[in-house]
Amino acid sequence: MIQRKLFHLPTVTMLVGILTGFTSPAFAEEKAKQFVETNCSGCHALNEPQSFTTARIRERKAPDLHYAGNKFQKDWLIQWLQSPTRLRPGGTFFGQNVVAAEDRDIVPKDKLPEHPVYSKSEAQVAASYLMSLTPHDDLVSDVDYVPKPSSGAMGHMNFTKFKGCVGCHELEKGYGGISGPEVYTAGARLKPEFLYSFIRNPQAWEPKTFMSNLHLEDSEVQKLADFITTLSKE
Amino acid sequence: MHFLTRIMLITLFSAPALAESEPTGKQLYDTYCTQCHGIYGDGWGVNSRDIEVLPRDHTDSAEMSARSDQELFKAIKHGGQAVNKSILMPNWDANMSDAEIDRVVRYLRELCNCEAP
Repeated sequence: MIQRKLFHLPTVTMLVGILTGFTSPAFAEEKAKQFVETNCSGCHALNEPQSFTTARIRERKAPDLHYAGNKFQKDWLIQWLQSPTRLRPGGTFFGQNVVAAEDRDIVPKDKLPEHPVYSKSEAQVAASYLMSLTPHDDLVSDVDYVPKPSSGAMGHMNFTKFKGCVGCHELEKGYGGISGPEVYTAGARLKPEFLYSFIRNPQAWEPKTFMSNLHLEDSEVQKLADFITTLSKE
Repeated sequence: MHFLTRIMLITLFSAPALAESEPTGKQLYDTYCTQCHGIYGDGWGVNSRDIEVLPRDHTDSAEMSARSDQELFKAIKHGGQAVNKSILMPNWDANMSDAEIDRVVRYLRELCNCEAP
């Protein structure tokens, strides 16, 4: 009698259905999407903004993630979400945090919000969804960039004196401008083809970004991207 | 929907978007220039700490009144090198239209409280 109940066919079918339903890829994907929407959308744009304006650049709380899958290296993302560090020393937009001090404008550390910390499993779930956001495959499809080792001294000179990137970006912790993101971790953080594409044409990704487009030749973009990639390996 | 009502609604909802796409000279300056030139335009922006050539003090009326509007426009659009100044001043032609750069130039005249030569 007990045996018969346990193997009651409709019950078994239902249980198998429920279990496979909960573990199916589509279900996991939906849960990951929900997790990211619940935890990240308060500050980050997960969908392409309807319009790009300078006001949006000045007011947004955090960097856009709607093309996260085109931008980040997945392993880095999983690690970073478990122990987030500040990537933009002045905040997402320095203008929200800047104050005039005695000598010069500064960004007081206590004005900058901390990013939440996630567990390993949460980070993996979030990264799996974020890496699926790839609306800009078109921008990287024509990039044929393979990082090559670069001369540190020449790269340094190029980054600081010839191209002036150091004006806005920290080349090492505590040295360089603070309005842009630090570049010494960019090689580990960003997909090589994104790094190359963004340097070549920042406005294609962020139409109103406060990074300028230096109209560089491909060989010059290659040199900068190589130098930045080399920096994060040191 | 009644034709006039529709026109009125379109006008109402598109007005903020139009205003939004026309940032003022100060808003553009705040977005692109203050990172180096400072929130008061005095050249002491957040990035000035490690910069080898100090950004121009836009409140210096003696210095600024020696620069024509065309020269300021050129420096903003094509960068410092275009006017024999520092490479650290990048070109902003991809960030701002000519009309927007014109508004920044006008705002510079407010900051320096000075006229073009």
